[in-house]
Amino acid sequence: MCREALSAGLSAAAQAWKERHPGARTLGCFPVYSPHELFHAAGVMPFGLLGAGASVEITHADSRFQSFVCSIAKSSLELGLQDRLGGVDGAVFHSICDVARNLASVFRRNFPDRFVEFIHFPQNMISAASLEYAVSEYRRVLANLGRWTGREIPDGALLESIRLYNRIRGRIRDLYALRRRHPERLTAAELYLLVRGGTLMDPAEFLSLLDEALPEAEARTSKARDAVRVVIEGAFCEQPPVDLLEVIERAGCYVVDDDLLIGWRWFDGDVPETGDPVEALASSYLHRSVYSSVRHDPRRPRSAELVRRVREAGADAVLFCPAKFCEPALLDYVLHRQALDRESIPHLTVEFEEKMWTFDRVRNEVETFVESILFE
Amino acid sequence: MANAPSAAPPYQGKIHEESRRLMTAWYESLVRAGERNEPTASTMISGNCVEILRSFDIATAFPEVNALQLAIRKQSLPYILKSEEMGYSSDNCAYVKADAGFTFSGGVGPGAPLPAPRLIVCNFVGCNVYIKWFEHTANFLNVPLVMIDVPFLREREPSADDVRYVVAQLKELIGVCESVTGRKFDIDRLREICAHSARAEAGWARSKDLCKSRPAPFDAYFDSINMMGPINVLRGSPEAAGFFDLAVAELEAAVARKQGPLPEERFRIVVEGPPPYPAYRQFRDLFAAWGAVAVQSTYSTVGGIWEWGFRHDPSRPLESIAEHMIIHNLCNRSLLERIAQIRRFLREWDADALVIHSVKSCRLFSAGQGDMRTHFVGDLGVPTLLVESDLEDPRYYAQAQMKNRIDAFFESLEHQRLTGAKR
Repeated sequence: MCREALSAGLSAAAQAWKERHPGARTLGCFPVYSPHELFHAAGVMPFGLLGAGASVEITHADSRFQSFVCSIAKSSLELGLQDRLGGVDGAVFHSICDVARNLASVFRRNFPDRFVEFIHFPQNMISAASLEYAVSEYRRVLANLGRWTGREIPDGALLESIRLYNRIRGRIRDLYALRRRHPERLTAAELYLLVRGGTLMDPAEFLSLLDEALPEAEARTSKARDAVRVVIEGAFCEQPPVDLLEVIERAGCYVVDDDLLIGWRWFDGDVPETGDPVEALASSYLHRSVYSSVRHDPRRPRSAELVRRVREAGADAVLFCPAKFCEPALLDYVLHRQALDRESIPHLTVEFEEKMWTFDRVRNEVETFVESILFE
Repeated sequence: MANAPSAAPPYQGKIHEESRRLMTAWYESLVRAGERNEPTASTMISGNCVEILRSFDIATAFPEVNALQLAIRKQSLPYILKSEEMGYSSDNCAYVKADAGFTFSGGVGPGAPLPAPRLIVCNFVGCNVYIKWFEHTANFLNVPLVMIDVPFLREREPSADDVRYVVAQLKELIGVCESVTGRKFDIDRLREICAHSARAEAGWARSKDLCKSRPAPFDAYFDSINMMGPINVLRGSPEAAGFFDLAVAELEAAVARKQGPLPEERFRIVVEGPPPYPAYRQFRDLFAAWGAVAVQSTYSTVGGIWEWGFRHDPSRPLESIAEHMIIHNLCNRSLLERIAQIRRFLREWDADALVIHSVKSCRLFSAGQGDMRTHFVGDLGVPTLLVESDLEDPRYYAQAQMKNRIDAFFESLEHQRLTGAKR
């Protein structure tokens, strides 16, 4: 079901949803984290705007973005330039990197009839003024959404949306926990496809799917393999092809944790369901976010958090999987590498592009890496 | 081509010499502060809050200036290669790599060419790499990092909340500076510094305005670096203000004499993007050969956009510093705002063409410049040249290819003139 949704793509998902909700609007949310609750509460259905993978030939966007710009920016734009964003009424971008920032402008210029929002998340997590700012930013977005849709957000709607997304994130956390305990019951590709499928679904439907998936995976009786337990790090924005995840596992790994689609499971606990919901969501960004290459937090340096993730997952090694040309991931590698070396945690870099289609070299490298660990 | 009158002084005259003298003195003051164990800080160029650091007499270094100096002296590549050995990617910003390689080669610290900062002030004004760069420096040198998170200008004007947020962080920075220096903050000192800033900004704006003359008295791209040091690094000092008094006097005299940087100004161009510092002279010569003079440039507004009248305000120092950081610098503004800025430059400075120098290192500048070209060529019919290299890494600069592109572009422009084709 998720694989079908993924291959049908964003436009098909948005159009199908709109047919069921006449008059309602949809929004494509560029990675990494997006406050989906704000859009959902405003009656605007948030879907993932995550590039086009191998489904589109880049024929126009290459002339707008240079060769050294990541694929997700180009393929997301290409979808629009080829008129393949039907049903998607707007797009939201965030202060994650310089490319995403400029992409918001390029969208505005090329698609003037669409709603385009840019959210500046706080990068100062410890200032006494950060919460007030973050709340004001979310209120600004809500006001813009209200102007766009022409309707006021009903009382209690945001709290209801927070509850819904809390439950979704909770279920995903449970699935990740299950995979850490029993990676033989849930492959990396399966879990990824499930969460990825959720980026193209109404969250209420996605929750139902998750409710079925967890007991089904728990009940599996797959036999454990002799595999190296790895954490995938660096794939938080542009997403690798599913084939890459399958190749990694076939080469002798269990992926026991990762940062794939991290924005869709951003908090390490529930957003509070009491008090002012805007403040709860804003405060959660400051204090409950998972670590990420696009967020500066002196309280939790990312390299130390990566080591912690490895330890908590009982992992043997790290596969550093940055998207080609992803500056935040590539810059973080320098400090990650030093931290992993200090902790004697083996690591291997596997750079990818969403359109990547040959995997022989990667398979060879991962197999060699696995053997070097298993036969050490 | 007509020659300039033989009695005229060289066009770079005192501006060039005085800029060099001031920047050398600044560099020596950094070294001296290190030797005396006086407070030192590190911050970035774009939309910086050097006024606050100056009010505490904290000697302030700028890693970008260090990186560009390495490049312009053709010394950057070994440091870039060293940092790539450390794990930096060939696709990462080469400014960061040159600076990291330099630091790890003993360039920073006791007895080194540059003192280690005691404090890092990360002025996050649009460039996400600033954060990473300073996280790395803080990690390598074990130095505290103060983050000044500046909300990106995502509406036409910043909200009162945006300004309040930045002012609050500036006040927190002041607290840190008090702790680092052991001195109390003096608001009157900051007002005085802001007054010096405003005077320098007025001089810089006037200098730019003089480039509306024909011929422009200086090249607002290539010669601007002589003035970008004083305005971005030394801003707030009486020396910087005095420098711009001198610059304006010299440039006004040049305008009166109708003297420009080239014997003949044949093409007036606006340049978008940073220059290729490793090949600065060669690149410049390719334009000079065609009599092309930059009458405006976006790169010269990285630190601040003073052309539209903004000045630091001694009567509201913190608020005006915040406004400078949020609104009045190129980096914290969107690509659409930059396009609007270029349109205005083209119109008000009466330029013939736009040249976009796209650098691999800086995606803040370069990502989407192809779309920008589409707009200027397709929507506005402005002759536009887009060339690619890098601002720091000499491996990305190809002189022959660059010459071919630039020659072809100006040949075409000249042909249009000769045949009377309209833009």
